[in-house]
Amino acid sequence: MVKCIECGSTIDLPEGTVENEILDCESCGVELEVVGLNPPSVELAPEEQEDWGE
Amino acid sequence: MIKLGFLFSRLRVEEKHLIKEIESRDDTKLVMLDSRKLVVDPKSNLNIDVLLDREISQSRALHLMQLLKNSHVQCINSYEVIRICGDKVFTSKALREAGVPTPEVKVAFTRESALKAIEDMGYPVVLKPVDGSWGRLIAKIENRTAAEAILEHKSYLSSYYHSIFYIQEYIHKPDRDIRALVLDGNTICATYRTSENWFTNVARGGKAIKCPLTPELEDICLKASQAVGDGALAIDLMETEDGYTVHEINCSMEFKGSMEAQSINIPGMIIDYCISQAKYN
Repeated sequence: MVKCIECGSTIDLPEGTVENEILDCESCGVELEVVGLNPPSVELAPEEQEDWGE
Repeated sequence: MIKLGFLFSRLRVEEKHLIKEIESRDDTKLVMLDSRKLVVDPKSNLNIDVLLDREISQSRALHLMQLLKNSHVQCINSYEVIRICGDKVFTSKALREAGVPTPEVKVAFTRESALKAIEDMGYPVVLKPVDGSWGRLIAKIENRTAAEAILEHKSYLSSYYHSIFYIQEYIHKPDRDIRALVLDGNTICATYRTSENWFTNVARGGKAIKCPLTPELEDICLKASQAVGDGALAIDLMETEDGYTVHEINCSMEFKGSMEAQSINIPGMIIDYCISQAKYN
């Protein structure tokens, strides 16, 4: 369980969550990056850049 | 034991599936390479045998592949493939030279010449950035007023790339296009992407439905793959009255939609391909 950096809502990490995975906060919609699992911690995910793509 | 480098900076659904697949194999060691923490010099081989590029930043991927060129590391995909697929001008040129059906394109470098090119082609046309994905900043232009407005807006965007005007003929197609996943020229599956909008990207709400493979589809995918240098590719096609036309090739394929529509193990096949390239090397 972690708190959203943006709105403070509590987020349960789904089973199988891995480090660097991107999560959405269901309350405010911000994207969070999981930066630690033990203990769980998150940061705001990087914002989309112009050269992002597939 | 094959050391498989996994280049990333953002782990999405596809990356999680690929990592799980690698970790399930006894003969493969996963080496996570977060591009945000990497420091690479031109002599480096990162102590890996094969590199799977899942980096979301095409600039980072391109430069890293260039640094690994001529090392023993087999890169999926190679610098040359990323360079061609990462730029729509280069992709159009490669497809055209290989005789693969692809929409008509004109390229211009100023607002004035772009407007002239659009007027010459006739409305509607599609204006796209030369790089980028997910339908970002593409515009269907239906008349001169819209063309002038959009060209002006683009001229104020910060990156010079927005002043390379890639103008594509508008293809009248069904409310769907096709995404084919192709490994070394072999089409492993194809998926219709349907949408009520004129763009069909799954990232923008397009729905994925299984598309049957036909010899015609496999043949054009093989030729398109060869045109850009082969590798692990997502080839996007449209259906026209005259057959298929290839409008985009993606070198760091997203396949979430394809996984929902298909019953095959797409991540497993991608990892099989990476390992085969390492062994071949």
